[in-house]
Amino acid sequence: MAERPLASALRQGLEALGGGAIAKIRRLGFAARFFVAIVLNSGTAFRRFRLTIREIYFAGVLSLVIILVSGLFVGMVLGLQGYDTLQRYGSSDALGILVALSLVRELGPVIAGLLFASRAGSAITAEIGLMKATEQLAAMEMMAVNPIARVVAPRFWAGVISMPLLAALFSAMGIFGGYLVGVRLIGVDEGSFWSQMQSSVDVREDILNGVIKSLVFGVAVTWIAVFEGYDAPPTAEGVSGATTRTVVTSSLAILALDFVLTALMFTGGNGK
Amino acid sequence: MAIAPIVEIDKVSFGYDAARPVLHGVSLRIEPGSVVGIMGQSGCGKTTLLRIIAGWLKASAGTARVLGESVRELDSKGIYALRRKMGMLFQFGALFTDMTVFDNVAFQMREHTDLPPDLVHDLVMMKLEAVGLRGAAQRMPSELSGGMARRVALARAVALDPHLMLYDEPFTGLDPISLGVIARLIRTLNDSLGQTSIVVSHDVEECFDIVDYVYFVSAGRVVAEGTPHELRRSAEPFVSQFVLGKPDGPIPFHYPAPGYEADLAAGARHG
Amino acid sequence: MKRSIIDIWVGVFVAVGFAGLLFLALKVGNLASFSTAETYQVQAKFANIGGLKVRAPIKSAGVVVGRVSNVTFDNESYEAIVTFNVDAQYRFPRDTSAKILTSGLLGEQYVGLEAGGDGVMLKQGDRLRLTQSAVVLENLISQFLFNKAAEGKDTKDKDGK
Repeated sequence: MAERPLASALRQGLEALGGGAIAKIRRLGFAARFFVAIVLNSGTAFRRFRLTIREIYFAGVLSLVIILVSGLFVGMVLGLQGYDTLQRYGSSDALGILVALSLVRELGPVIAGLLFASRAGSAITAEIGLMKATEQLAAMEMMAVNPIARVVAPRFWAGVISMPLLAALFSAMGIFGGYLVGVRLIGVDEGSFWSQMQSSVDVREDILNGVIKSLVFGVAVTWIAVFEGYDAPPTAEGVSGATTRTVVTSSLAILALDFVLTALMFTGGNGK
Repeated sequence: MAIAPIVEIDKVSFGYDAARPVLHGVSLRIEPGSVVGIMGQSGCGKTTLLRIIAGWLKASAGTARVLGESVRELDSKGIYALRRKMGMLFQFGALFTDMTVFDNVAFQMREHTDLPPDLVHDLVMMKLEAVGLRGAAQRMPSELSGGMARRVALARAVALDPHLMLYDEPFTGLDPISLGVIARLIRTLNDSLGQTSIVVSHDVEECFDIVDYVYFVSAGRVVAEGTPHELRRSAEPFVSQFVLGKPDGPIPFHYPAPGYEADLAAGARHG
Repeated sequence: MKRSIIDIWVGVFVAVGFAGLLFLALKVGNLASFSTAETYQVQAKFANIGGLKVRAPIKSAGVVVGRVSNVTFDNESYEAIVTFNVDAQYRFPRDTSAKILTSGLLGEQYVGLEAGGDGVMLKQGDRLRLTQSAVVLENLISQFLFNKAAEGKDTKDKDGK
């Protein structure tokens, strides 16, 4: 007799687990199909590039201030902390290397990606979600205009184009911040700051890989953002929930992808 | 009748899932040039019917022929081609909030035609003049009242002179003046542009004033049809309840529930 | 009106973004010094290369003059063969020596070249004869400890006398 409730509780637990897993996988499948649909319907976004330009304004230009200011501060902190650590080993000349490599390889793409997700990604989700909730997407569909081609694809490509530029600006600004603190404030030798940096930062190995990372993050963040918006339940809670999910999911995606990409890019080359 | 109907729906059934069918074997015919009302309670399936006509949903059984094409057999390209000949006014207008009134009305012309900008300008102004809002062309939708937004949406829907206009609850949430304006516009646009219109609504008075023929839908079935004049004197209990707005009748006031006493007794036990 | 303002801002954004990339490539990275330069290949054998990696810099008098392009192991001499590309604008005598050095105590390892006095210059495919291996920290420490231990023994012996 005592086993019955236990067995049924176990059964219910398993059912909930299975149901949840199936729902998640189904959603992943939808997201993948949605991605294919975006790519297939990208003609309009490039033929009428003005649509994409408009979205670059919203995704890229409006993120510019937060990216530049954050980059500067992150660089300045790197300068302070890096100097503090390096001078214990008498190698404060390597400050330029430390600042540049950490920004170009990791912090630039990752922090710019996280900021981009919370600044532009959430805005994209909210906008598309609201367009859905107010039947604007339905109206477009009724006017024989495909909303994926007209609304989603331009936003997607705008995000993909903006992200590497924002990440590059973040890194550049951060290196400038590190220079300000390291060279101007603390007094590390300016020549060795730049020359050591130049001699150990490789264009292909470090900078190009950083750009590739930021491009991948751009695809991931905007894909998540447009999907969550398009898939949002057409209610106020639905849209706000989708906006939150965009920020959470894309932040996790950035960090997880960063690990995978770092493992692929930097360990393979250096192991030799 | 010699002329083929614009919309012919034959024994159409539909359900979002198998357990809850929304429509059961609905049939209706809509003649060219007429304004037809589809009336019924909220949730009776009339919006679903409209979406089947628009090729949005596919009927699970039966055929829907719209403008001479069987909607079910069309691929997405065919449905888009069909929709270019249709216009739809959404419940709350659904204007694009990031564009001006002018750009909203010009939207379809820019998407589907290569008309030169000055011609687009003239056409947009003509459509806005027809709804009396030429002066608001450079306003944003957020600056308009509900009634004005609905009129802009109407101008946008007729931008490419559709053969068939679909109105989804066009009277909801409007003040009496705006409501009268919209009702008159529906009729005059239909007659002056040679359209055919379908009005889905539950506002009896406004609807009866402008339509030629009415279908009453209840619980997924057509329960009555006729001209407004015939229906006003119909003895059919559902129709008289709906037309006169009686609280009780074939449509019960109470949502189905177990015995009232049993529920109260249950409450007492918990207390 | 509003459209052209958006265009200008997007133009500025893209221009600034590319300027940022260019800054990274030219000022931070090493694109400027190596993108177009022609190089010639030189080899050197080392008994131990320590932690030297492909693409490590080749420096002479502190100036970067090339990069390590390949590291292999020679089955006959049991030594490492390091191949490196030297920028064609830098020329070195044939008896130049190569050392594996470390920048700072914990910095990365690089190859240092010290010019000799020969009149004939190095050319493509030449091999450097004079090389000095990397200093391996573990060897250094064990040597140091060994010496210390030996010293300790000596003093103990002295005390015992």
